[in-house]
Amino acid sequence: MTSKTLKVTVERGADAQCQFEVPAYESQTVLDVVSWIQQNADPTLSYRFACRVGMCGSCAMMVNGVPRWTCRTHISKVLDGDAVTIGPLRNLPVIKDLAVDMDPFFDKWVAAEAVHHGALTRDDPIAPVDERSEERVTANAGIECINCSVCYAACDTVAGNPDYLGPAALQRAWTLLNDAKDEGRVAILDAVSGRGGCHNCHSMGSCTTYCPNELDPMSAIAGLKRETAKSFFKRRRS
Amino acid sequence: MITLRLYVAQRITALLMAPLVFGHLAVMIYAIQGGLSAEEILGRTQGSFAWFAFYGIFVVAVAIHGAIGLRTVAHEWGGLKGPLLEVFMWAVGLGLFALGARAVWAVTFA
Amino acid sequence: MRVAKGITSRAHPLWLAYILHRLSGLGLALFLPFHFWVLALATTDPERLNGFLSLTEAGAVKLAEFGLVFLLSVHMFGGLRLMALEFLPWTPAQKTLAAGATAGSFLVATLFLIQAI
Repeated sequence: MTSKTLKVTVERGADAQCQFEVPAYESQTVLDVVSWIQQNADPTLSYRFACRVGMCGSCAMMVNGVPRWTCRTHISKVLDGDAVTIGPLRNLPVIKDLAVDMDPFFDKWVAAEAVHHGALTRDDPIAPVDERSEERVTANAGIECINCSVCYAACDTVAGNPDYLGPAALQRAWTLLNDAKDEGRVAILDAVSGRGGCHNCHSMGSCTTYCPNELDPMSAIAGLKRETAKSFFKRRRS
Repeated sequence: MITLRLYVAQRITALLMAPLVFGHLAVMIYAIQGGLSAEEILGRTQGSFAWFAFYGIFVVAVAIHGAIGLRTVAHEWGGLKGPLLEVFMWAVGLGLFALGARAVWAVTFA
Repeated sequence: MRVAKGITSRAHPLWLAYILHRLSGLGLALFLPFHFWVLALATTDPERLNGFLSLTEAGAVKLAEFGLVFLLSVHMFGGLRLMALEFLPWTPAQKTLAAGATAGSFLVATLFLIQAI
């Protein structure tokens, strides 16, 4: 194992590819490989990481065409023979090399009203939350999102429709819709019903397939479709 | 590029067409036994209000459903957007409806 | 080749269902104008309609018809699957059971239909 070298292709810019030979070792992650290149072969290589333990959501990249959190992905699991291709996350503008501009991703969180809509002040008593209520269980299913944008990069609907809010923002909108502490029901339902809203989703399920935290944005978006359709018919009747 | 209104229209026409497609498949399997002829088709459909209603509803639903579907594909794969996308959707819908209505009329009451 | 790999590297069963639904829908939408035009010949040119209908006896055309019927049924079942996924918030096990039950009933009904005609 120690004598083996990996053939690593790094996608830098539109059609620029760089090849590197990287020594392999035990329990090596994709992020380790990228770091080795930056520290030993090409100090100009730009990439992004912070926590290295799958909590911060900043190190996601395309690995052999699949979006992954690189700090928790063992290189041995993704090698094609002894070769691997690493590129910047899909569906986001590239700043340089492997670092993408996450602004469009986070702007869409706000556009989806995936922000807290509180009604209480610090002077109010803390409202009790029933942990076993159906709404709380539904909300809990989606709150472990680390904003890594893997689902956003996996989604072909985002690729073809730049206005589409994407799985992460819509999933957060869904958790807030089910959150007893959130008062933004009408604002959320309106925000996810526009031209870039949840109805653009084709349930291809790449978000759910590739989410590193094993969340299920596709089902969350289906929930939004149900709630918006219900309110559509209700508003017509009233 | 699909709003709630278009989404609801897409799903309602889909639900409407599900039993119609089943019927259409059954008719096809039945009708091709022993070959197809204009006389056979017209003999079944001519002057029949039931067939007119069946295929009339089918044509209206498919025109709406197809127009919204092609709108999505034209935007995602063709890059069509703005007023051009709206014009495209309406052209597809009205075109499908006109051709379909003409065909239904031809085999029932013409 | 690179483009193809760029697409297939992310393929998985649900994604294949999505692409099948899209391509079958596209195929049906392209076929429909022709279908309608041929039927309308019943009033404008019945001879020509019979000409088209007799074509359906040819092997190649039969194969094309098989393709069209397949497009229609795959788009319908794919659509029903999609709406079940969207509107019925069931557990995966419940969905598997429901799909199995539907497939089983359809098989029985088809066997009956084949026997009946």
